[in-house]
Amino acid sequence: MAGRIRIRAQQKGDVTEVKALMRHPMETGQRKDQAGEPIPAHFIEEVTVTHNDTVVMHGYWGAAVSANPFLGLRFDGGVAGDTVSVAWIDNKGETGNGKTTIR
Amino acid sequence: MKPMMSGLTAMLAATLTMVVGAEQGVFDEYRAMMGDDNPAIFVIDEGEEYWFEPAGPNQVTFEQCDLGLGAGVVEGAYAQLPRYFSDADQVMDLEARLVFCMVELQGRTREQIHAKPYSLRGDLGTEMEALVVWIAEQSSGTAVAPAQDHPKERAMYSLGERLFYYRAGPHDFSCATCHGQADKRIRLQALANLSTHEGAAEAYTTWPAYRNSEGLVRTMGWRMRDCFRQQRLPELIMGSEASVALQMFLAVNAAGADMAVPGLKR
Repeated sequence: MAGRIRIRAQQKGDVTEVKALMRHPMETGQRKDQAGEPIPAHFIEEVTVTHNDTVVMHGYWGAAVSANPFLGLRFDGGVAGDTVSVAWIDNKGETGNGKTTIR
Repeated sequence: MKPMMSGLTAMLAATLTMVVGAEQGVFDEYRAMMGDDNPAIFVIDEGEEYWFEPAGPNQVTFEQCDLGLGAGVVEGAYAQLPRYFSDADQVMDLEARLVFCMVELQGRTREQIHAKPYSLRGDLGTEMEALVVWIAEQSSGTAVAPAQDHPKERAMYSLGERLFYYRAGPHDFSCATCHGQADKRIRLQALANLSTHEGAAEAYTTWPAYRNSEGLVRTMGWRMRDCFRQQRLPELIMGSEASVALQMFLAVNAAGADMAVPGLKR
């Protein structure tokens, strides 16, 4: 279930606009289930956006980010046909990856 | 003193109206920003997997499941539900029909299917939610056209209408208490007048939907059940006559409007 990313990268003039939607529960660890038991924390800790082989964004996330997070960013230097990839690692060591080409 | 008070009340009312307007404007902006990026797309993919996955003691897929347009035909099927199915001699909504296929084709038990049809807090979705949103999405852009030919289909509409106006429970509420007038709201949530075509269309065509506040896809059947809960009525059972009747009432009132699913809600 987890691990999926939907990415789109579009060239807009000199800037590449990236939109990524990630499948993740982003549990804070603060919530309780119907039985009153705490729901264990499960959230993305690191997100990396790469253009070809260059890292264009690297971020540390925490429990304050919503479930199924939506990430939008813009960077310079992209050309149509280049590769853009997004990867995350969560607090359980699980990973998610997605890749697309700039259009 | 009195004129001043009413002036103050009027000012307060005007401010509240502005706040409501602003709230909706912001959410429309949010929807526009998200564009096609509705997190429901993940659940739609999962629904497709469930459809083609052999399940139950009989280890068969849903491909022989007839949603009203023939075995395995999914495209446009949701827009024509609820409808009468002669093999079950019942009017069914999508959820009731899926339960029927799970039992009759796959050999699963009702108890097991009804144990947890909808997600609880902390879940990432159920099979029913995934199947419903995958199927409904394939009616997006299709006009709502629930069947009203069979006497049982018309009877279902009448029952739905009666239920909609039926006051019950400790709060003496009916659906119409909240959804029978224009320009009403709960807190900052605008309430659609479901007795009109416009109001019913706005609601009916945008479920199933992804709810940001829950991080989950919710179905129209769940929406009905949650309205029952809010009215402090007994739990509305998924696919039950009451659930189907209310959805038939809404679908017929919404007939002609194009489905726009998955919706994206607060």
